[in-house]
Amino acid sequence: MSRLKSFCALCLCLLALALHAPAAQADAASALARFAEDSFPETAKAIEELGASGDARAQIILESLAAARLFVDPASRAVYWRTASGVLHEAASGAPVATPPAGLQPVRINNRLRTAIQNELGALTLMAPDPARRRAAAESLFKARDPAALAPLENALKAEKDPAIARAFAQARAAILLASAGASNEQRIDSIALLRARADMGAIAALRSLHESASADAKGLAGDAVAAIEGRLRLMSHVQNVWYGLSLGSVLLLAAIGLAITFGVMGVINMAHGEMVMLGTYVTFLVQEAFRAHAPAWFDLSLPVALPLAFLATGLVGIAIERGVIRFLYGRPLETLLATWGVSLILQQAVRTAFGPTNREVGAPSYMSGAFDLFGLSVTWGRLWIIVFTLVVFGALLLALKRTSLGLHMRAVTQNRRMAASMGIRTPWVDAMTFGLGSGLAGIAGVALSQIDNVSPNLGQSYIIDSFMVVVFGGVGNLWGALVSAFALGVANKFLEPLAGAVLAKIFILVLLILFIQKRPRGLFALKGRAVEA
Amino acid sequence: MILRALFERFDKAGLVFLIVLAGAMILIPAANLLLPVSSPLHVPTHVMSLIGKYLCYAILALALDLVWGYCGILSLGHGAFFALGGYAMGMYLMRQIGPRGVYSHPVLPDFMVFLNWKELPWFWQGFDMFPFAMLMVVLAPGLLAFLFGWFAFRSRVTGVYLSIITQAMTYALLLAFFRNDMGFGGNNGLTDFKDILGFNIQAQGTRAALFACTALALILCYALARWMVTTSFGKVLVAVRDAESRTRFLGYRVEHYKLVAFTLSAAMAGLAGALYVPQVGIINPSEFAPANSIEAVIWVAVGGRGTLVGAALGAVVVNFLKTWFTTGALAPYWLFMLGALFIVVTLALPKGIVGALNAFGERRRARAAAREQEPKTAEQNA
Repeated sequence: MSRLKSFCALCLCLLALALHAPAAQADAASALARFAEDSFPETAKAIEELGASGDARAQIILESLAAARLFVDPASRAVYWRTASGVLHEAASGAPVATPPAGLQPVRINNRLRTAIQNELGALTLMAPDPARRRAAAESLFKARDPAALAPLENALKAEKDPAIARAFAQARAAILLASAGASNEQRIDSIALLRARADMGAIAALRSLHESASADAKGLAGDAVAAIEGRLRLMSHVQNVWYGLSLGSVLLLAAIGLAITFGVMGVINMAHGEMVMLGTYVTFLVQEAFRAHAPAWFDLSLPVALPLAFLATGLVGIAIERGVIRFLYGRPLETLLATWGVSLILQQAVRTAFGPTNREVGAPSYMSGAFDLFGLSVTWGRLWIIVFTLVVFGALLLALKRTSLGLHMRAVTQNRRMAASMGIRTPWVDAMTFGLGSGLAGIAGVALSQIDNVSPNLGQSYIIDSFMVVVFGGVGNLWGALVSAFALGVANKFLEPLAGAVLAKIFILVLLILFIQKRPRGLFALKGRAVEA
Repeated sequence: MILRALFERFDKAGLVFLIVLAGAMILIPAANLLLPVSSPLHVPTHVMSLIGKYLCYAILALALDLVWGYCGILSLGHGAFFALGGYAMGMYLMRQIGPRGVYSHPVLPDFMVFLNWKELPWFWQGFDMFPFAMLMVVLAPGLLAFLFGWFAFRSRVTGVYLSIITQAMTYALLLAFFRNDMGFGGNNGLTDFKDILGFNIQAQGTRAALFACTALALILCYALARWMVTTSFGKVLVAVRDAESRTRFLGYRVEHYKLVAFTLSAAMAGLAGALYVPQVGIINPSEFAPANSIEAVIWVAVGGRGTLVGAALGAVVVNFLKTWFTTGALAPYWLFMLGALFIVVTLALPKGIVGALNAFGERRRARAAAREQEPKTAEQNA
């Protein structure tokens, strides 16, 4: 029984469709016939018919008419349009015409017809098959609040199937009703409720434009709605700040995590740490170049491929620096600082010589670009992935320190170098591996940072001071401290930015940090007990 | 009597240094002003200003050596004190322009007119008076160093931590001075100077006088620093450098000694900056860049830390090399050279040029003494 019913319904639908299509075509055909008359009253009727037909070609025909690019062949009474680029199309079939017939006459219009065309075009975009265009039309009506658009808008609202776009239409209608003099009190109160639910700056503007003639009741409601939306927006801006702060914090943590290892475990000030990050970004650049040249279809894989390569490359450079320079300077931290600064200058200049001083283009794979909306919060995929990536790297590092034998040796050397050496741990080897690990971490930080920063030889310089601040603030030799301090600094920075501006916020944070180090010279989470003396 | 007491303070290297400097102070301006351009001994004005610039760097290096070489405080922020002194001088020179600026405002410097400011900010008041400006040249960096040191030394922030926060300090100042709202000309800094004490700043005579002043300032700074490190005060400084805790346990207020040395050193750096600005003709926020401060440290390391003369020598040598390299075809390789200099000096020449020379001299003296001993022992044996 139910099967029969659904079959009947299907038949009816098909019938309706079959009937509908020729009807639309008939309308368009009669409109074209009226255009061929080339008299103002006939053209006006043709415009109306074309708008009502919902024909796919209606828009381009009307646009051509408005731009005086619609022509009639007086001999065959056929109608043609010419695109802006100059290609002639036959209006009835929509097919391009190679050789234009001689004696084409443009269809003349006057100002009254122009207004009619604009109205029909507006209504047409409200009915456009493309949802994005319908939504854009709704938004522009929402902003313009033109009472003349009310009738087509209501028609479009009735016909709309997509609930999101129907809501946009309803909101646009509400905004128009609020601003117009003729709306009834009930309509206004409904509209206020609708806009209150929309809850953004546009809604506030629409609510503020409530017409003078509104009742005191409606005015009070509108005021409440504005206050409620403003409260919500304030909350959202705080949430946004926290999000940006977390994003900045993850970048700081990523840049500082390798430093936390070398500085914390070995007590080595590595001023070339930023250059390790920079090398990581250039490895990414090279990998992407290789992908662009040989396998453009697999471009999305470039970052996963770059990660291990960057880790290896910068890790090896790090081990070379440790073996070549730093191991001669253990126990002389200030000299290490100067020597590694020299290393950083050489690395910078080497990259500048090899790749040039200008920024290099590093592309974003498809999963890193774009954004999505989370309760009114715009979240970019790139930032989200960097936060996730940072946490994964952090977790992996913790595991490596806790569960591998190298990690065990590293912790032993951190706590008591001489005792560890006495127990048979090859401390020079542990030092080299530790430095390699720290540098490798900087390299993979570079892979991530290549997505959000300019890849240039100077990239490292901008991270080195911030990274030191994170490590010192968190407490040297304490990974969790680095985590907390990176996110705390990131969030604090983003909360200060709207109050004081980006530069002043940064200065403020630096001054706070300098003062903080006076109070707790060993950072937020200082090592306690014997480890301190080592 | 006083002269003799002063004389005893200087070792041989110091005396040579002073004599060379005094000679340069008199002879270079004389060779510039009195000899005709055609003479082979004529010193062109731009060369004289260049040497003057080196001498300013030498004063900065001297100041840095005082705290690093003798007190063990590696300041990576001395460029900030240098720049502050330079800004104080720059503000005086800006006020001297008066109504001759592009906008012809009687009081406000051009950049303030450009930013639509209506009156002089409070911190620009008084800079039209030379004595006040000179006071600020040493007072502004000195005060900053005093406050900074007061907090840092009292809470016993030492070693690399101190280095990092001094670097953070100069970085914060860099960011601050880049802002237009700070009232120091923002990105462009202060420039287009016209007069100093009523003399045209571009004139040859003024340039020569500025050079002589710089050489004199270096002589006085060296004398002061040398006097400081040879008194008992200096001995305590060295003790702090070598064994801070022990010095504290012996009853010295370590932080007071450090604070005096740091503040004085900052004031000296400020003076260097003040002499630098009129000779170079511009001061802008890039002087605060952390890289500049670190470069100053390498001058001291190259010359030899803890020798004072070495610091000044290192500044002149490194900067001469820099000029030489960056003006020729070798310009792209200068950073390689500088980087290698950092590494080689820390690895192979930890005592710098003067330290190596001293060690060489001592070895020779020891050998000579041994040779003198030998015949005696031979005679005794015989």
